[in-house]
Amino acid sequence: MWQALRTELHPLGVEIVTVSLELSGPEASRPFIEAAHPEHPSLLDPTHRMDALFGVVNIPNVIWIDENGVIVRPAEPGWPGETVYPESMRQMLAERARAVAEAPKADASPRPDLIKLLSGGQDRAAYPDAIRDWAHNGTSSLYAMSPDEVVAASQPRGMEQSRAAAHFELANHFWRSGQREAAIRHFNECHRLQPDNWTYKRQAWSLVGNERVGGGDFGRFSQVPVPGEEADWPFASNFDADVAKLEPGQYYPNTF
Amino acid sequence: MLLERLDVDAAEFRLGTGWEIKPEGACKDDVCVPLPGGFDLTRTAERLGMALVRDEEHAIWALGPESLSAHALVTAQAPELVLGDLDGNEFRLSSLRGQKVVLVAWAPY
Repeated sequence: MWQALRTELHPLGVEIVTVSLELSGPEASRPFIEAAHPEHPSLLDPTHRMDALFGVVNIPNVIWIDENGVIVRPAEPGWPGETVYPESMRQMLAERARAVAEAPKADASPRPDLIKLLSGGQDRAAYPDAIRDWAHNGTSSLYAMSPDEVVAASQPRGMEQSRAAAHFELANHFWRSGQREAAIRHFNECHRLQPDNWTYKRQAWSLVGNERVGGGDFGRFSQVPVPGEEADWPFASNFDADVAKLEPGQYYPNTF
Repeated sequence: MLLERLDVDAAEFRLGTGWEIKPEGACKDDVCVPLPGGFDLTRTAERLGMALVRDEEHAIWALGPESLSAHALVTAQAPELVLGDLDGNEFRLSSLRGQKVVLVAWAPY
């Protein structure tokens, strides 16, 4: 998907760089990277430096940097076009959406439509067109922001968000060294301090979710307790519960 | 930035945070923050709005990113980013100077 756009725009002086925000080793990202057959740099960011450096709060998030190393669009939701998932992944997502729709509910509130909540509010095809416009028009592209606009449009950050990043770094450190209790404690504090940072949440939930379903190709996409094992889930919330609280368009705020 | 002790020097601070200590203060691109009394980790972190979080049980700290601009970015100048690829080869974002870069954060979850 990104590789196709790269093939098209590289002759115009555009390079794509993908960065995987996954705390586990390279093997978690390898199947996805290799399936894409990239000709561009495909990097690994196990400590989530992208969050602290650029204000990434969800994935996918995209940043545009010009020839002089100046950011012209800060981190925002972005896609290479309409998302085309492999069949196996489409099946997995359909099963997840069905599980959310059919889960026993304590109240009469409407069941969340997971697919709608995750994909609503965005014209994904508009994003590569914007990149094309920038590739052709450079600084005179309407999509290229001034330095002041870039800073002002980057994610809000106060001491709470800085503390969240610090707790995430500690959680990462403890998880990688096998100190789970300490890791969970810091993940939970991180999530409490910056609840709108989805990548901090998704990373943490995926680590335990993956274990609970026994791994597999898409084990990391399981970010909820296994039914019947809710009491054993160490986090304050989970993916389905948090997404269900959103309005369509809130998960990926409209980019343009 | 993870810390096992708080008496780091300016060089280590720069390596971990991207902020360079100069006579005018702590600087990132052309943004400089005066440091009366010179560089000291705790005072400098406070001036830059960097949270310093301690894990009580394990005697380790983490220094969060700066918040003094009330935004994730202080400047539009892209920071240097040095990350490895699948084979462990190091790649520097600055090596792409002269090209337009579309930097995509994704995850296998």
